[in-house]
Amino acid sequence: MSEKTSAAASHAATAAVPNGPVAAALVACAIGCLALGVLAVAGDGSKRLAAALNFYNPTGPLSGVTTIAILLWLAAWALLAARWRNRAVAFGRVSAAAFTLLALGLLLTFPPVGDLLLGR
Amino acid sequence: MQITLRELVTIVHGMLFGGFFLMALFAAFVLLLDWSDFKRCELHMVSAAPIPRWQTVFFVAMAACGWAAVLTGAYIVYPWYRAAAPAGADLALYPQRLLMSKPSTAGWHTLGMEWKEHVAWIAPMAATMVAFVMTRHRAAWDASCQVRNAVLGFAAAAFLAAALAGGWGAMINKAAPVRGGRTIQLTRSAP
Repeated sequence: MSEKTSAAASHAATAAVPNGPVAAALVACAIGCLALGVLAVAGDGSKRLAAALNFYNPTGPLSGVTTIAILLWLAAWALLAARWRNRAVAFGRVSAAAFTLLALGLLLTFPPVGDLLLGR
Repeated sequence: MQITLRELVTIVHGMLFGGFFLMALFAAFVLLLDWSDFKRCELHMVSAAPIPRWQTVFFVAMAACGWAAVLTGAYIVYPWYRAAAPAGADLALYPQRLLMSKPSTAGWHTLGMEWKEHVAWIAPMAATMVAFVMTRHRAAWDASCQVRNAVLGFAAAAFLAAALAGGWGAMINKAAPVRGGRTIQLTRSAP
């Protein structure tokens, strides 16, 4: 079998490997990270929201911020995994979106960025 | 030689769970780089070999250490750190209040702890995603360079987040250690 034929055969085999479940896990993780950053800043900026996020008093609003972020992550993962099961998605675009959300999430956890957004 | 319960739990949180998590993340990143045969993924070749059991155990243990670190940190150690001090109390037992009592140390809380307490949670989420792909969807990793790059990127982000959290945690605990609780006798004092 020539190298070209072999590569073509392997490529055909790839079509049977769905990247949907990986894309779902990637995007859901990025959504969870963004949710964490947004809730951290929002809780810092609003006393009412901070009180609402106080799920466990000894830990304070951090308990609500992280619980909601984890629930959103898991819900997004379940939803996307169901939608993208056995599917091949445009992974380049999906991963670009995921990295953007991840970077925003990381950035929002940095207190000076939150303070800047809250006008402090 | 003695240690207090709070000191012991803080060691378990930071050095056992956090330390192992950080080392495992670094090892995972090196393994992922080593397994990244870009020639093979450019040709979209899928390996038929089953995933060795040790790799599954390694990735699951890595993610478990991450979750153990953030959960013990947020729900056991952090409440001791942020506890409100009664009037006239010894601030050495209330680390957050101790740090905030002086402008020269307040930054350890307002920047260090405020950043650490949130950024830390990104690490186990990303590590779980990496573990899931490497144990359940290795064929997709084998077949696509884009999948490999994305998983490597998230593994790097997890390491960065864990390193930030661990680094700040170590420095904050040096500036204002979490202390108190029952005293545990480790060895008898020398006569």
